[in-house]
Amino acid sequence: MATVPALEKPPVVLADPPAVRPRNGWRKYWHLYAAISPFYLLFIAFGLIPVGFSLYLSFHRWDGLGSMEWAGLSQYQYLVSDSDFWSSIGNTIIIWALATFPMIFLAMVTAVMLNAAVRFKNVYRFAYFLPNVTSVVAIAIVFGSVFSTNFGLVNALLQAVGLDQVAWLNTPWGIKVAIATLMTWQWVGYNAIIFLAGLQTIPGELYEAARMDGAGPLQTFFRITLPLLRPTLLFVLVVSTVTGLQSFTEAQVLLQNTSNDSTFSGGPDHAGRTMVLYFFQQTFDNNDFGYGAAVAWGIFLVVVIFSIINWRLVQRRDED
Amino acid sequence: MASIQGTRRPKGIQGVRRRGIALHAVLVIGLLLSAFPFYWAIIMSTHTSTEIFSYPPKLLPGSHFLQNARSLFDNIDFFGSMFNSLLVACAVTFLVLFFDSLAAFVFAKFDFPGRRLLFVVLMAIFMVPTQMAIIPQFVIMAKIGWIGSMTALIVPAAANAFGIFWMRQYMQSAIHDELLDASKIDGANFLRQYWHVALPVVRPGLAFLGIFTFMAQWNDYAWPLIALTNPDNVTLQVALSQLNGVHGTTDYGMVMTGALLALVPLLIVFAIGAKQIIGDLGKGAIR
Repeated sequence: MATVPALEKPPVVLADPPAVRPRNGWRKYWHLYAAISPFYLLFIAFGLIPVGFSLYLSFHRWDGLGSMEWAGLSQYQYLVSDSDFWSSIGNTIIIWALATFPMIFLAMVTAVMLNAAVRFKNVYRFAYFLPNVTSVVAIAIVFGSVFSTNFGLVNALLQAVGLDQVAWLNTPWGIKVAIATLMTWQWVGYNAIIFLAGLQTIPGELYEAARMDGAGPLQTFFRITLPLLRPTLLFVLVVSTVTGLQSFTEAQVLLQNTSNDSTFSGGPDHAGRTMVLYFFQQTFDNNDFGYGAAVAWGIFLVVVIFSIINWRLVQRRDED
Repeated sequence: MASIQGTRRPKGIQGVRRRGIALHAVLVIGLLLSAFPFYWAIIMSTHTSTEIFSYPPKLLPGSHFLQNARSLFDNIDFFGSMFNSLLVACAVTFLVLFFDSLAAFVFAKFDFPGRRLLFVVLMAIFMVPTQMAIIPQFVIMAKIGWIGSMTALIVPAAANAFGIFWMRQYMQSAIHDELLDASKIDGANFLRQYWHVALPVVRPGLAFLGIFTFMAQWNDYAWPLIALTNPDNVTLQVALSQLNGVHGTTDYGMVMTGALLALVPLLIVFAIGAKQIIGDLGKGAIR
């Protein structure tokens, strides 16, 4: 828990319980409602109404300018049979998996090492965290040059060791690997810091006891560290899933030059077209606002399903 | 105690030192990998395009930074975009700090009818993906006439569920009920309690939220890309993307100079608040 600052005065002992139970109505509490209202008002105006409107839109045909036309369930019928949408789900999940699993592994290794290191801990933490605060746009531009076919550093390295060059941003797998590498690079340090904080809550006596029982480092990791790190792992997994499944900027900036008619194309064969990229393309390139809204709800469903799976996976073990 | 001696042989000073060196060696490799893209951006921003396209690749900084910077400033309104980004990031940060901490104070320390329900709603909102609402947001903003202006970026971001949740967690443990009760006996009303009792205690939490918000706003891309319809009046990230889109394949040195310069304000803010943000991030996550 956060550290508790020292009290300036000795605590006053009162007969009343600290939290006052509600007794009489509105007049007593209006200032509390007023204090929390800005968030809810903003949410109603720019969250709830738009979400409701987007549901309404998804049952219509609309180009954003003319009049809306009732379309019933046809947008959703089309969505379910839209192979482009399904392939965008596939792209998103592959990129997410390619980025997330190495990322979690590397982050945990980094955290364990940072926990063991005594000196320069702050220097490391600063440097490892840096990738996460930089803008995805700037970093995607840099990675675009690192993975460039003609003058990219990766290909120069491959050439130097005598291997064939790869047209990274021109092949389906190359595109996905490039995007996933970018994401991994950007999130390893961030999650390592989170794991590190989790590690530091594990009491040293546990390790001491394990050491006395003759447990080796691997055994200690799997028997003590990993089980106690499970809540942190859940947090990391849920955040990675929600952000990873909605990835957009990486692919958009990296691949915006690869097509002449759309900056949301996701590269050759649309191999880097994530769900959100597809949503932007349908909405703002094709001006198909009704279908775009249906796509948005499809994305929402996918994210919810994955969040529930994540939650279940890690939560169930907690209840044992 | 003596009986367990020998179950595990004690490590000699030598062994500990060797392990320490190996540990730091791996950590330094990780550090270099983290830092490399920044170094690479510096290399590219200091070379001409022909130098960049040559093989073997240049690995040391060149001397064309100023030329690249000049063509950058000729091609996009770099400082105008930077001003827009600063304006949006500062305004949003200020508003978020105020609204979020005020709401968090209420949720952390007061009871009122509907409190639980409202907080559950808040957490549910926290989980809702924002992209869902982008079309209607765009339509609504177009109706009010905010599309194309920075207002479209500032107002919707002025309060958020994450910040309220974060500050509430922080306030629950940092503000003592006894302190609040004492101030109440002294006759302090709600706003005075917020301002004089709560805020001074949670300054570190505010610092984290402030830095975090600033950086998130500075880096925001998808919504500004859609909402700022006038290509001459955009934020820095959108300007950079335009630059990459138009000149990406021709003048890499210039594009990279832009990417690099756009990072400078962010790095300054991060350097100021690094200790805070790295420390608090962990605390928030493990709760």
